Amino acid sequence: MPSSKAEVLQGTLDLLVLRTLDAMGPMHGFGIALRIQQISEDLLQLNQGTLYPALLRLQQRGWVASKWGVSENNRKAKFYSLTRAGRKQLEEEVESWGRMSAAINRVLRTS
Amino acid sequence: MRELCREFFQRLAAVFRRRHLEDDLDAELRSHLEMAVEMNLGKGMTPEDARRKALRNFGGVDQIKESFRDQRGVPMIETFLQDVRFGLRMLRRSPGFSLLAILCLTLGIGSNAAVFSWIEGILLRPFPMVAGQDRMMAITGTDRGVAGAAGEATDMSWPDLIDLQKNCKMFDWFIVDRITGTTLSIGNRAEVATGSVVSSNYFDALGIRPFLGRGFEPEEDYGRNAHPVTVISYQMWKDRFHSDPGIVGKTQMMNGMPHTIVGVAPEGFQGTFVGWAMQFWVPVSMQEKFDSSQPGYKLEDRGAHWIEGFVRLKPEVSAQQAQQEISTIAKRLEADYPATNRGRGVKLFRLWETPFNNAGTLLPTLGIAVAVVVFVLLIVCANVSNLLLVRALGRQHEMAVRLAVGAGRGRLVRQLVTEGLILATLATAGGLLVAHWCRNLLVLLLNRSPLMILPGEIDWRVVALTAGSCLVATLLFAIVPAMLASKIDLVSALKTEAAGSVGGVRKANVRSSLVLVQVALSFVLVVATGLLLRSLLLMRDTNPGFSTKEILVTGIDFTGAGYDKQRTRNFEDQLIDRLQAVPGVVSAVFARKIPFTYRAYSSAPIAVDGYIPAPDELPTVDYNEVGPAYFATMGIPLVSGREFTSDDNETALPVAIVNKTMAARYWRGQNPIGSRLQVNGRWLHVVGIAETAKYRSLREAPLPFFYVPMRQSAMGMGLTIRTSLDHETMSKALVREVHALDANLALGELIPMQEEINLSTGTQRAAVLMLAAFGSVAVFLAAIGLYGVMSYVVSQRTREVGLRMALGATPSDLLRLVMSHGLALTAGGVILGTAVALSSTRLLGYLLYRLSPRDPLAFGAAFVVMIVVGLAASFLPAWRAVRTDPVSALRS
Repeated sequence: MPSSKAEVLQGTLDLLVLRTLDAMGPMHGFGIALRIQQISEDLLQLNQGTLYPALLRLQQRGWVASKWGVSENNRKAKFYSLTRAGRKQLEEEVESWGRMSAAINRVLRTS
Repeated sequence: MRELCREFFQRLAAVFRRRHLEDDLDAELRSHLEMAVEMNLGKGMTPEDARRKALRNFGGVDQIKESFRDQRGVPMIETFLQDVRFGLRMLRRSPGFSLLAILCLTLGIGSNAAVFSWIEGILLRPFPMVAGQDRMMAITGTDRGVAGAAGEATDMSWPDLIDLQKNCKMFDWFIVDRITGTTLSIGNRAEVATGSVVSSNYFDALGIRPFLGRGFEPEEDYGRNAHPVTVISYQMWKDRFHSDPGIVGKTQMMNGMPHTIVGVAPEGFQGTFVGWAMQFWVPVSMQEKFDSSQPGYKLEDRGAHWIEGFVRLKPEVSAQQAQQEISTIAKRLEADYPATNRGRGVKLFRLWETPFNNAGTLLPTLGIAVAVVVFVLLIVCANVSNLLLVRALGRQHEMAVRLAVGAGRGRLVRQLVTEGLILATLATAGGLLVAHWCRNLLVLLLNRSPLMILPGEIDWRVVALTAGSCLVATLLFAIVPAMLASKIDLVSALKTEAAGSVGGVRKANVRSSLVLVQVALSFVLVVATGLLLRSLLLMRDTNPGFSTKEILVTGIDFTGAGYDKQRTRNFEDQLIDRLQAVPGVVSAVFARKIPFTYRAYSSAPIAVDGYIPAPDELPTVDYNEVGPAYFATMGIPLVSGREFTSDDNETALPVAIVNKTMAARYWRGQNPIGSRLQVNGRWLHVVGIAETAKYRSLREAPLPFFYVPMRQSAMGMGLTIRTSLDHETMSKALVREVHALDANLALGELIPMQEEINLSTGTQRAAVLMLAAFGSVAVFLAAIGLYGVMSYVVSQRTREVGLRMALGATPSDLLRLVMSHGLALTAGGVILGTAVALSSTRLLGYLLYRLSPRDPLAFGAAFVVMIVVGLAASFLPAWRAVRTDPVSALRS
């Protein structure tokens, strides 16, 4: 049992965002941040702001699309959604994450 | 990979939508925080706590924005744009400096661009609208038979060309392109027009689709004068035929025969002759009609050489392979037809070496032009570098402040180089404009006919090359000053407001070496100018072997007007009689060719009584057909024997006069008078020996040459008049007399013989003018550089000067002190320049005439020029030093 919150690993934030959008459909930045914190049961420490450069990067690569819309509380917000390319990318990343964590686990167990 | 490309372009796009994206980001972050605050309020926090917690969870707003921005744009470009904006502001702040630097650079880059455009438009891709010029080569015959003229280019015969075409595999096509002319009488105006005899595949091969009508058909290559058809140029269609849309099918008299106009070439197509725009084309079957020099049907005669042309290599075929293949076939032809082909070969030339148009003659001049403009660019770079160093002094405080607030040195260097790039870019735009204005300058420099066209071509290659020279120049002139300017001792620079004390010594050294380079480079240019000028003068002083004073020459186009032999002779006799009756005319004579004019001399294989040629030798000698009293009129001295008279006519014994060189070569010391010479199968009796003259150019080696009476061979069209009348009066008299006989004859311009000779030295003249112009600019820039450095040195040494004065130095001591410094710099530059010049003036090669590339007079003159300039440039600063007030100098 970890005693403190874990920093979000470099490079894994993209995966978390893609997965969240895949599960929840179009969401705004704040929603994505809340969702990641809830699901990880607050174990992951996330500076919410760092989401934005990540979202921009995903957009630039064509994996998510963005559109201004109106939030549930009637507030103007930018909504992000997964594109087809993004869905494919998510599958690849999930798979490679699985392989990687399995490998790491194996190394940890044997040594 | 694709994603990364995509990301890059998105980033690039973002650079240009900065404002919009910035607002977008603000709105998004604001909405995020508001939602967070709202949620926290919902959890029952106080508004203050809610806000604080939201911000804490978010992280630093400004850091996020900054990293967002880094992700969004291309930081390098954004910094660059920022530098550009700042640089422009700085340049606007010192407009005098900026203007001077831009003008200098415009001169340097502009002259490069102009020369690039000439090379592109005249040597590399000289033929507008023609496809695949990269693989095009010129083709001519060679004749090794004549000793001393080994490998000299001559023309080819039609049967040889056909055999080459049939047997060679490495070529897309062979085309014939032989320049010719005609007289066009349209309405009541008779004018000479320039055209080409071409093979029927000409237009198709070049990828030229006629604007109206058609090109030539394959069968138009065959038959004696069987296809009187012509394609005319767009310009001619517009000017002479008033853009008549129904022109195709109409006929036009050309060389005494009605020709059907079958097509009009597209606008902009000027044919394939560097220097002249063709106005019409006729197929090779009409060759005889358009060849006034050598009568006879030549399409079946392997011994008749009249063809110049072009080939295009197949892709991937090298020039060497092509030459090899063509030489193999030529060897085979030599074995198969020894009577006509002994000693003859075929040679390919790169377009820029083409021997039969103006490309070959301009190559050395343009080669030197490249060297000269590169020198000028280097000198300009040194000059601007110097200016930047001076300015760096004034900006020391600014640099220090920027360093103090945390700018890195690299950042400062980048900023300064960017400023240099702005200067160079503006200059490049100006330079291209200059090149555009100068695109027709070459004809003026060459002193040729204003009708000649030698246009520069500014295409993307020229622009790219110019942009390249802009970048190179920026690196050359901006880097060193930038490095030095950013190397500052912060503490002392911020402390002293006075500029110039820090790093002064190193800067002064750099500036001195820049001046050294400028002096050296300009010295080289001055030496080259001197060498070429001496060559030109030597050439002009060369005795051409005939008189040049009181001799006027012109041509009358009989063939073009449709005259036959008899009519021409009658006309010529009458005209000579009429001219000789004009008071002031000493004598007048017709000859087939006037020396030094473009037309070729007749040339024929010869046999001489008692001369046995070597096994691979087919002695061939040029000759001219001349009228009675030719030698007296031209002022060519006869060594022995007699002049031609009007008695040397069709019925008399065929005679010839040989020149001294020919007598020495083929009679080996025996007296040729009374012996025989066989030309074209006819035996001629030698009746005289003439002094060897110059025939094509002043620089030619003595050539064997002979003369035959015009009555006993072809028609002549070159008229030579010896007269004491001035040019204008004679011109009027001539026009009057010619038109009294026939108003439909087109008369060429009457030109003094001296002018004709001067035209032949046009390339030299152009090179001299160019070097003289750029050389003086270079010397001027070097003088400014030297002046700047000396002024700086004097201002730095004010205290020292004051001290010396206080200790009793006289003004002349001080003058000597400062001047000797300036002279030392100049002398250093001259020594460096001498080393460069000694090793490089050999490159002037062909343009040097009877002059060593190390001619002491040229070097000496350049030395004197530079020393005088050096003295002049350091005198003012020295004078200022002398005028120093010692009291105030010591107190300061």
